[in-house]
Order: sequence, then C-alpha cells, then structure tokens
Amino acid sequence: MNKSIRCKELRVFAEEIRVKTLTTFGHIGFGHIGGAMSIVEAVSLLYGEFMRYDPKRPNWPDRDKLVISKGHAGPTVYATLAIKGFFPESMLRELNQGGGRLPSHTDRNKTPGIDMTTGSLGQGISSACGIALGDRMDGRNSTTWVIIGDGELDEGQNWEGFLFAHQYKLSNLIAIIDVNGQQLDGYTSDVMDLGDVGQKLSAFGWKVYECDGHNIPALYQAFSDAKEYADGPAAVVMHTRKGNGCSFAEGIVSNHHINFKPEQMEEALAKAEAVLEEARAALRK
Amino acid sequence: MFKLKSTLQNSETLMRDAYCSTLMELAETRGDIVVLDADLVSSSGMKPFFKAYPDRAIQCGISEANMIGVAAGLSLTGKVPYCHSFGPFASRRVCDQIFISAAYAKLNVRITGSDPGVTAAYNGGTHMPFEDMAVLRAIPEITLLEPCDPVALADITRQLADTYGVYYTRMARKNAVGIYEPGSTFEIGKGNVLRNGTDVTIIASGIMVAEALEAASALALEGVSARVVDMFTWKPIDTELIARCGEETGALVTAENHNIYGGLGSAVAETAAKTVPVPIEMVGTDDRFGQVGTEAFLRAEYRLNAAHIVESAKRAIERK
Repeated sequence: MNKSIRCKELRVFAEEIRVKTLTTFGHIGFGHIGGAMSIVEAVSLLYGEFMRYDPKRPNWPDRDKLVISKGHAGPTVYATLAIKGFFPESMLRELNQGGGRLPSHTDRNKTPGIDMTTGSLGQGISSACGIALGDRMDGRNSTTWVIIGDGELDEGQNWEGFLFAHQYKLSNLIAIIDVNGQQLDGYTSDVMDLGDVGQKLSAFGWKVYECDGHNIPALYQAFSDAKEYADGPAAVVMHTRKGNGCSFAEGIVSNHHINFKPEQMEEALAKAEAVLEEARAALRK
Repeated sequence: MFKLKSTLQNSETLMRDAYCSTLMELAETRGDIVVLDADLVSSSGMKPFFKAYPDRAIQCGISEANMIGVAAGLSLTGKVPYCHSFGPFASRRVCDQIFISAAYAKLNVRITGSDPGVTAAYNGGTHMPFEDMAVLRAIPEITLLEPCDPVALADITRQLADTYGVYYTRMARKNAVGIYEPGSTFEIGKGNVLRNGTDVTIIASGIMVAEALEAASALALEGVSARVVDMFTWKPIDTELIARCGEETGALVTAENHNIYGGLGSAVAETAAKTVPVPIEMVGTDDRFGQVGTEAFLRAEYRLNAAHIVESAKRAIERK
C-alpha cells in the first residue's frame, strides 16, 4: 500500500486512540494525562502497523511483546487494546476502579494484552531485555518493544539495562524513548538535566533513530529503520509534547497527573474529535 | 524423607559445589534452566556451569537490579531462571525489583543469596546480611529458604526447577556441617524434627542447626530433653509444627544467623502468638551490624553458638 495513504490511516487511528483515552480519563476526572498523550502516535504505529499480535490469543508465545516501562501511561494502551478487540470497550470504565482490570499502572495479571507489570520506574528495560533474550534463545522471531519516559531515565537501572542489551546484541529489542521534556516536578532540564539522550544511547552502543514523535511519517520511518537494524538494540528517540492534543494539559508545567473539571474534558474531547474528523477527511481526499 | 548423619562434621562437598553440580544435572535434561550472575561466578562456584552451558549462563555484570529484571523477563518467556549474588546484593539492594518485576508481576524467579550472616567473614559489615530474610519476608507470596547442608541445598535447588513463584535461598558458599545423609528429601514449607524432646524445642536454621543439635546433647547431660527442628523454610512458616512443638514442649528457642528482628525468631513468635503462646527465647544477632573477622570470631562475637542456645533453653523453660 501507498505509504502516504497508510500514514493517513494511522493518523486516523492515532486520533481515535486519543479520543478514546481522553474519554476513559473523563469517566474518573483525573489521571496521568500528560505522559499518556505524548505516546499516542507511537502506540498507534505499534498496534496499527508494527507489532505482531492476535487479540484472541493475548498470550500467544510468538507475538511481539510491549513493555510500557512508564506504566502510568497505561490508559493510552488500554484504549488501543479495546479498539483492537482484546476486551470490550465497556471495560474501559474500569480504569482505576476498585476490583477493576485497568489499574493506573500496567499489570500483566489484570489486563488482557498487557505483557509486563510496571509502575516502579526504570524497571521495564530489564524485563524487556529478559523477554528479548528468552525469545531469541528459543528461536522465536518476535520483537520486544519497550516504551521509556525521559524523566524515567533518571533511574540508574535503565543504564544497566542499556549496557546489557548492547552486550548481548539484542537486535530483537527496540526502545522507544519518549522525550517530552517534562517530569512530575517540572522540566527535565531543571529537575535532572539528561543532556542529549540520543548521544548517550549511542555511547552505550545502541543504534539511535531520532524523530518528531507526533509526526506519523517520521515515526513510521524510524520504526522501520529500528526493526531493520540487525546488529544490536535500536532506540527510537522521539521528541514529543507532554499532554499533546489535550487542550487543558498541553503546554503547562504541571501536567503529569491532572484533576480536571467535566467541562474541561468536554472541551478537550470536542477539539480532539474535530481533529479526528479532519484526519478522516484527509484520508478520504 | 530424611536420614541424619550419625556424627557432626564438615561435609566433604562445599555448598557452592553442590549448587553448581545440581544445576548442571538439571540443565542436562532441561533446556529451560538458565543461570544468571552479577560478576560473582568465580565466587558462586558456577564456573563449570558457565563453561558447559554458555548459552544459558548469563553474566550480568555488577548490576543486580538489572539481573533480577532480566530474570523476570526470561521467565515470562518460559525460562526457569536461577540468579545469584552475595546475600545483601541479592536482597536489600534489589528489593524493589524482586517486589515489582518478579513477585507482584507473578513471574517465576529463583534468587540465591550467598554468604549469609557471619559466613561473610572477611568481607565484613557491608557484605554480611543479617537482614536479607527480613527485608524480603514482607513481600507477599515469596518463599524464603535456608538449607543447612549440601544435601538439603541440592534437593531444594532441584525441587525449585518444578515450582512456580519467587524463591530466595540463603546459601553458605563453603563448608557446612553435614546434617543429612545423601538421598534425604525435603518438603518446602515443612520443618524437620531432627531430635525428639519434651522440655523445650529449639527451632534452628542454616549454620545454627548443628549448634542446636550440639546444644540439645549438652542439655541432655543436664537432664533437659530438648527437641530440635530444622526450619529451613522461613516463609511460608510451618505453623502446624510450631503449634505442636509449643503444645508438647511448652517452650521455644529460635536460633538464626540473622537479626532476630524480622527473621526466624519473629516468624516463629508471630505464629506462636496466634496458635499456642509459650515462652520464646531468641538466639541471633540482636539488632547489630556485621563486621570483619573469622567466622569463629564472629560466631563468638554475636553468640551464635550452642552455649547461648543452652542458656536460652534454660531461660525459656524457667519462664513456663
């Protein structure tokens, strides 16, 4: 298929995920909206194009695996899993409900389609390394993807994992680094300056592809290149905006976890739905 | 079923050699067995395994946190990982990784922490875990083990290949007093009554099992009948046996190469309080840090010996 049309379709899918994620947050009036919004396009590409999976067999051994190391961004993936049929969309109402199956942070034992339990930041890279290594040992042609936040890179365990992935040449491992430039207490440059994340990963022996994480064609190219790279682990360092596409979350400093009023969400949803309609119109052209 | 050796002396096999040979034996028939270490392969005695099975032996470098996460990930793909580091670095340093990536995630990870307590000897206070079991005991569903000799260690290591969950095994690396005859088998979660008695029960673990047997012999000379239990599983603790010993002997002494706070003494006391409350005395380190020294010096320094058990047993009996 023509790549330009495919990217337009993926834009529609991304906006569907955004609307569905915001709707899900809307049921409870609070949540980790900032970091959920910055990964929408990346997740749309994973489930719309790049990952191998079967919603009817969430534990299929030969599937690609996704570790959401920034586990608080789970709601974006929950919305995506619902759209893709891992569970009924009505289940999205269970977000953060006592006894529910959609906890604030991703949990492999609660949610069909969630491959790993995360939430204590910095741990996802290590389990992703183990999954990639185990798949390789058994000759499974699966890719393990891990989404890591930039603020999360403050945790030293990430850098242990980066060394390990390089040492074992885990070419079936792809890290998506969400460089949205913000963390809970403010801008990463103020809280704990990470410097040039791409350069640091290169220095750790990773193949690095940098791009705008909201630009679907650019992200598509980066994911394709990362999948193709066969000499070791690859990282897509994607530059994003925390809260992207959510009118009351975007562009403010304190957007990690937000309590919002129903009318704020109504406005944000109206805007996001308009963007979705635009994307659909662009596809029809 | 187990059979006791007739005399107490150092076993011919080192603990670490029993560990390595058991894992090699398992790996021969089981492709899912994988071994991880954090730059302590030479210390853990696992060099032969790394040589024989290079594709299933994973050197993680000095990064224990990553090692636990990698093991969790490997188990997610069906592997059966055994990780090793020195006790403090396999427990307190990686508590959150064990908690979240392994236990809370309900994955399948075995962790061996070597050089428990005073057996860390010259490595001193930084390397001398009197707290590893306490740190991990609050993690739901974890199993905590301390086999006392190479026979027990080998049998438990073998059993762990067919279990599912998170298991931490304290392992002295070098010599251990041989307690069990080869071929003895062990039931995880059940204590072994090594000697019968009616006046007091000594509940011991690890290096303190031999001390407990010696104490029981000394007590017998003084007309005191002491029962001895090898409580090699600290969690889940054998509630039924503790209650029965409380009922039948009316007094308990715990003996551990570990802080009495949060360890075996605490586990036994909690159980006794809920079942058959009887006087309990605890032999172990009493909220102190480790230090350098020979194992003999340290055993004397922290009073981890038969004499202290004898004294404690008499005190427990007096308190009935």
